[in-house]
Amino acid sequence: MRQLAATLPRRLRALGGEGESRLLPEARLSGPMPWVIAIMIALTVVAAASALALRHAAAAASADLEGGVTVQIVSAAPAERQRQSQTALDVLRRAPGVLHAEAVPQDQLNALVEPWLGTRTGDDLDALPIPALIDVRLRAAATPAALDALRTALARQAPAAHVDAQSSWLAPVFRAIGALQWAAGGLIALFAFATASAVLLAARNALGIHRETIEVVHMLGATDLQIARVFQRSMATDAAMGGLVGLLAGVVTTLGLGRQFSALGSGMVAQGSLAWTDWMVLVAIPIAGVLLVMVTARLTVLAALRRML
Amino acid sequence: MALANPKGTVLPSMNQPAAEIVQFDNVGLRYGAGREVLADVSFTLYPGCFYFLTGASGAGKTSLLKLLYLAQRPSRGLIRMFGTDAITLPRERLPGFRRRIGVVFQDFRLVPHLSAWDNVALPLRVAGQAEQDIAKPVSDMLEWVGLGDRFDARPATLSGGEQQRVAIARAVIARPDVLVADEPTGNVDPDMAIKLLRLFESLNRLGTTVVVATHDLHLIRKVPDSLIMRLDKGKLADPTGALRYPPRRQRQDGATALDAADLP
Repeated sequence: MRQLAATLPRRLRALGGEGESRLLPEARLSGPMPWVIAIMIALTVVAAASALALRHAAAAASADLEGGVTVQIVSAAPAERQRQSQTALDVLRRAPGVLHAEAVPQDQLNALVEPWLGTRTGDDLDALPIPALIDVRLRAAATPAALDALRTALARQAPAAHVDAQSSWLAPVFRAIGALQWAAGGLIALFAFATASAVLLAARNALGIHRETIEVVHMLGATDLQIARVFQRSMATDAAMGGLVGLLAGVVTTLGLGRQFSALGSGMVAQGSLAWTDWMVLVAIPIAGVLLVMVTARLTVLAALRRML
Repeated sequence: MALANPKGTVLPSMNQPAAEIVQFDNVGLRYGAGREVLADVSFTLYPGCFYFLTGASGAGKTSLLKLLYLAQRPSRGLIRMFGTDAITLPRERLPGFRRRIGVVFQDFRLVPHLSAWDNVALPLRVAGQAEQDIAKPVSDMLEWVGLGDRFDARPATLSGGEQQRVAIARAVIARPDVLVADEPTGNVDPDMAIKLLRLFESLNRLGTTVVVATHDLHLIRKVPDSLIMRLDKGKLADPTGALRYPPRRQRQDGATALDAADLP
């Protein structure tokens, strides 16, 4: 009975798969390593969430604008502008390939210019030579050929008409979004590099601290792989704990940022919300982090052990 | 105790020579650019023999033991272990050889964060034995060295003598082919020293070649069948040539090694 009591804690540990894993002290959150990994994972999660949201916003805007065409009737004379606008509308509605064509109401045009011109009592915005706008939706993408066909169709009956693809206005925005996505990808690569470097230093430090133990275990016949596995497991535990904390911090930050951007009320930003597959990608980040830590620790320890007899 | 087995001693003889387990031929060792701490050391160890290694402090005993437990490669000479050239042995094959060698370090070198029980279990775990197969032999061994009530004690809480007994238990738990012990009874009382010596003898009777470095003549006299290796300033004194060329039936003629050895 006395022996059973003495050996019980050990038997319970054996059930937990201990053995060679106990060659080194168990990982604890008190060390800096889990927190370094937590910070790296949190930053990676936020960067990845931003990249994914930007991708969605760009894709949604691009899909919306793909078949969109704007026809402006630029004429200083209101009557002529009104005439050509009506004529252009009739031509466009009959044109092949046009799904939908509608004149933008004057009050909407006034609202568009209001931020620049103001609304003082007595101002008559209708008197201003603001171009008439027709919003056209094509059945297919607004290719240069499709735009040329519309221009030809309008040339005789509405010579003041200017035909533009809506997507061309947002091309600089798309380029900026693309650059931001690349920047996010670069940041993620940097975070991965920084994490690997931190693990390399931590593994070397741990090797130094436990050198005596490693030498003894070597003398008892342990292979390099056995010792590397112990380090790998220990650091993976650190990484898993740090990864979990980092994931939580990253998700909370992402949700907070998402709420702030939603409050902006911009259609493009609202379309940048994350799908469930994106959340799966974010959840996979700490898992990838743990794998990165394990591989780095293993290679570092094996390289160091090869220098010992 | 599972080790107790009076039968089966393996003895070398010229008529029916046992394969040598260790062979040193003109071995020299120097650390860095310093002088040779071992020079022209030649001897042969046979399975089942009991050897004492003696000599003054600084004579090179620990260096010789390091070569024996493959912690060091020599600067020159030839070492064969278990029939294989140990000098050119690839690094990845060293663990397999080391598992056949039990070592009692002079400074014990217990793993500080492991309990006495886990320290003794280390060689078995390293060898990949299942946890359920480890429990009984490790507990029995610790009971046998008188530490049945200190299973979960960390080395720092053990006395010098207790640490030494844990170190010895760790060295013999896997029943090595060769046991190398550096002053293994230096910190224990005379009764425990004799008891530990009996453990080495039991292991020896099962076929383990035992090499004990010690200054304790009293201890040497307790093992009449033992052979003496005496180091003097890095050179092995072998006046009779018995170490290099073991005489026929050397352990059965009743003469003790002490009779012929020129002890300090």
